Amino acid sequence: MKRLLSILFFFLTLPVFAGEPAQSGEAPKAFNAGEVILHHVADSHEWHWFSTDNGNFVSYFPVVAYQPGKGLSVFFSDKIAEGKSYKNFKLDDERLTTLDGSKVYDFSITKNVAALAMSSLVLVLVFASVARGYRRRVGRAPTGLQSFLEPFVVFIRDEVGKKSIGPKYERYMPYLLTVFFFIWFNNLLGLTPGAANLTGNIAVTMMLALLTLVITLFSGNKNYWGHIFAPPGVPWALYIIMVPVELVGIIVKPFSLMVRLFANITAGHIIILSFISLIFIFRSATAGLLSVPFGLFISVLELLVAILQAYIFTLLTAMYIGSAVEDHHETADGAHADDFGTVEQRQGGSNFAHLAQSDVAAH
Amino acid sequence: MSLITPEFGLLFWQTLIFLLLFLLLAKFAWKPILGSLKEREDSIESALRMADQAKIEMQQLKAGNEKLLADARLERDRMMQEATNMANQHREVEKARATSEANYIVQQAREAIQTEKNAALAEVKNTAAQLSLDIAERILRRELADPAAQTQLVDSYLKEVKLN
Repeated sequence: MKRLLSILFFFLTLPVFAGEPAQSGEAPKAFNAGEVILHHVADSHEWHWFSTDNGNFVSYFPVVAYQPGKGLSVFFSDKIAEGKSYKNFKLDDERLTTLDGSKVYDFSITKNVAALAMSSLVLVLVFASVARGYRRRVGRAPTGLQSFLEPFVVFIRDEVGKKSIGPKYERYMPYLLTVFFFIWFNNLLGLTPGAANLTGNIAVTMMLALLTLVITLFSGNKNYWGHIFAPPGVPWALYIIMVPVELVGIIVKPFSLMVRLFANITAGHIIILSFISLIFIFRSATAGLLSVPFGLFISVLELLVAILQAYIFTLLTAMYIGSAVEDHHETADGAHADDFGTVEQRQGGSNFAHLAQSDVAAH
Repeated sequence: MSLITPEFGLLFWQTLIFLLLFLLLAKFAWKPILGSLKEREDSIESALRMADQAKIEMQQLKAGNEKLLADARLERDRMMQEATNMANQHREVEKARATSEANYIVQQAREAIQTEKNAALAEVKNTAAQLSLDIAERILRRELADPAAQTQLVDSYLKEVKLN
């Protein structure tokens, strides 16, 4: 498994010498912190590892461009790197455009896609090995990686799944666990120097939020839709106001999921990069006396935020699903009221819902 | 602004890879992991329940033993009581029998003594009569010389005889 990973890593990196010695004679460009930070936080068609005086160490990925009427073009991104143009394509501030201005759909393997593929592979390998541990030591105490990850699995199942969804939790456990570990692992991987800011990319969080929305809508029972189109205890006349509000609420919930994760992770990265940029802005190593401890502090904080945001995303997803599958109170039989309590009781206790609402502001 | 504009390509790849990841993990990770966890929890649960059951059974067994012991003790006491009663009864009976035997023997002895006594008395009487006759003969031989004395003597004898 380790060898497989290293081979994959080798393929994905293929460091290329761009070989552009510093232009002698020209005055060095002024350091633009905003540009650098945004460049680090945003997606890119190349994986820029580091630069030395001898050039940049960059990995290039395949560009997959689809032009309606002209078909698919696939080529490596080094052909359009650094302002070059290839065939009909060029990069305009990391956005693939055509020279003649025609429409193009960019399906390129970008830095984030590569990071996504790698982290997904890591997730599959890690959890396949954990699952193998369970199969090999049936009914016995977990060891190693299995014993490290088991508490998280059990926590998501008992504290998030059972408490927020109720008796039907089992059907949603694979999604909740996948989302939790996907976000957590990618948050952590995003903190490693040189890695992609995957969970801080709005396309990624948007897809996760949309998936939660789709699952919620497809799980919605009669009671759920009844609450939306005929809110109980509301006079008929108010339906004109209430129904649109409820409908907007359906969209706002996943929207908040999307923005919360994106903003938290991106904000963390921007803060760390800002502290590091201070050194270059002041052009003095002594600024490091301030930036390094602060940057370290934020980095450590981000380790906490990494798991916290994964937990919050999972918890809110579970709560949305829970509200969609919840039975009506009067018809709920006593048996599962004993086991799981009502939603009101469940939403008290260990849930961090209040925390989740205000954390964006805290950042 | 590019920061908050979702890119179509990444959205496409993210959907594809995430769904693939989800399916793979669901099949090869979550299913066995959750299944094993549940199995383990069930086995722990059943083990605990069995331990409880065993404890209850043990207590019942202990209680049963104690009841058995108490019963045995009671039985023993009852048997002892019975034995004592029987022994007492037996002793009483034996005593009564012995007493009656003794009484019988005494009675028989008394009867024998009476018979013997009677026989002896008869003999004594006979002997006394004989002796009297002898004595009387001798006296008569000596006294009968005097007729008055004879009469007197006869009278006195007669008197005595009547008194007897």
